[in-house]
Amino acid sequence: MSSATTELLKTSPQPTGAVSRRRLCERAIHVSLFVCAAISVVTTVSIVVVLLVESVQFFFDVPISDFLTDTKWTPLLKPQHFGILPLLSGTMLIAVGSAVVSIPIGLGTAVFLSEYSPPRLREIVKPVVEVLAGIPSVVYGYFAVVSISPFIRWLFPGTGVFNAVSACIVVGIMTLPMIISLSEDALRAVPRSLRQGAYALGATKYDVTTQVVVPAAMSGIVASFLLAVSRAIGETMAVTLAAGATPRFTLNPLDSIQTMTAFIIQISQGDTPAGTVESRTIYAVGLALFLVTLLINLAAQWFLAQVREKYE
Amino acid sequence: MTTDANARRQRYVGIVSRVFAGACLLATLSCIGMLVVLLWSVVSEGAAWLDFDFLTSFPSRFPDQAGIKSALAGSLWLTGLTALISLPLGVGAAVYLEEYAVQSRWRKIIQLNISNLAGVPSIVYGILGLGLFVQTFALGRSVISGALTLSLVVLPIIILATQEALRGVPNSIRHASYALGATRWQTVWHQVLPASLPGIMTGVILALSRAIGEAAPLVAVGAMAYVPFVPASPSDQFTALPIQIFNWSARPQPEFHQVAGAAIIVLLAVLVTMNTLAVFVRYRYGKRIRW
Repeated sequence: MSSATTELLKTSPQPTGAVSRRRLCERAIHVSLFVCAAISVVTTVSIVVVLLVESVQFFFDVPISDFLTDTKWTPLLKPQHFGILPLLSGTMLIAVGSAVVSIPIGLGTAVFLSEYSPPRLREIVKPVVEVLAGIPSVVYGYFAVVSISPFIRWLFPGTGVFNAVSACIVVGIMTLPMIISLSEDALRAVPRSLRQGAYALGATKYDVTTQVVVPAAMSGIVASFLLAVSRAIGETMAVTLAAGATPRFTLNPLDSIQTMTAFIIQISQGDTPAGTVESRTIYAVGLALFLVTLLINLAAQWFLAQVREKYE
Repeated sequence: MTTDANARRQRYVGIVSRVFAGACLLATLSCIGMLVVLLWSVVSEGAAWLDFDFLTSFPSRFPDQAGIKSALAGSLWLTGLTALISLPLGVGAAVYLEEYAVQSRWRKIIQLNISNLAGVPSIVYGILGLGLFVQTFALGRSVISGALTLSLVVLPIIILATQEALRGVPNSIRHASYALGATRWQTVWHQVLPASLPGIMTGVILALSRAIGEAAPLVAVGAMAYVPFVPASPSDQFTALPIQIFNWSARPQPEFHQVAGAAIIVLLAVLVTMNTLAVFVRYRYGKRIRW
């Protein structure tokens, strides 16, 4: 609404009975709508409060230095160790491994759709990407267990049923749609004049794509990579099903590992009594997960803001 | 440069550019390939196990007697309640941001907050649900705790989609309504919301189809693995379709993988139906209004 209309509403004549009732009603609606919007802020605050309160109690029992430096994570076994490094390395293995799958394929597809594709092929590929994005994560986990893991074990005999690489592959497929759609948007936002300028200087299509369009869209592309990595870090069901439940401080993708998310599922499924150190572990791990994804998301939003500044 | 060297260079550039275009094409085709392989592996495992008994039986230790009755009922409860909770809140929040708080400081804070919430992993919402609804509010490991948690997961999606739809309504409509003496709420309720309804509905359906597929937050809230009954009220314990799929997929026996495949076919069928509905709403009702 423009400011002129607001002024008009303010300076209208003194209300009589019916009008003042309407005023009151409008006021009540305004307040309740504000409450709806404020719930999102309340949600964020509650996430932080719940995670912090329980984590602080956890850190009374487990020194924060042990949590950050111990290389063993065995909260349910004696002797207990509470070092998050194995879970962190497992999560990073999935994040990096899935990016190895999703970044080349995703960026290649985005470049093809935006620069090379005949319209008809584009009309087939776009819905396919949307379907990939709409498939629930547990279905990807199933796909990893019944199809990818047997294939990996055939390629590398001696690999266990649960291995990080099959989880990396499905999480890579899951995050593809995010990279494709965001990168394609960024590539398409590059003004036509830039491409034509390069052609006028005698550049080939390959030169224009790699030297002009992709660099010009770089902030959007980087943002899509970051969001995909953050999604991979937060990915839960597929990783739980495919990568196993063995927290191990390793970077070997053929090993069975455990991520932060998979550990939270493991504890949630068990019957750990509430109020114990073991049950509080999920809040400490959840806090670490929340902070890591928040940082990456903020970085991605910063890059997206760069895109908007440039071309809008 | 001699003409010979020049020609050689040109040939080299030509090869590089063709290889690049070919690699991009290959990447694109591999996306289609992945979807085909995924669907094929689900259908080839599960199709044989899918029959009417499968839909109307409770889960079982024996794969050939196992069914998804309680999982379907749980998912139905969860989706219904999630829709009831998240629809008014989400649309209300979007209306506030787009129609009421156009230039305020609050709008900036809330907007930034919503885009951050959209990126929070769903398992973190599960932990919040466990700490807040299950323990602090003492709602227990019940359908309502699950539905409240799922509502928080989908709220950012509904808000962002509704905002998009509201922005599509031209300002002239609002100005005309004010000029006729309508109040702000009358304008929103009688003009802006009806005009943006197709867009809002599409967003809500897509958000709910996300909720149907979510398993992680429900496991954290405490959905049960084995539920041989249909929840009768929001305070009952529950399971849901994706959780049932998760449990079956996690078992070592190949028969249970096939049962999981059959359950996935049902889940995907529900999702395809909802997405078709969303597309239908967008095209059927979206075209009726011409500005």
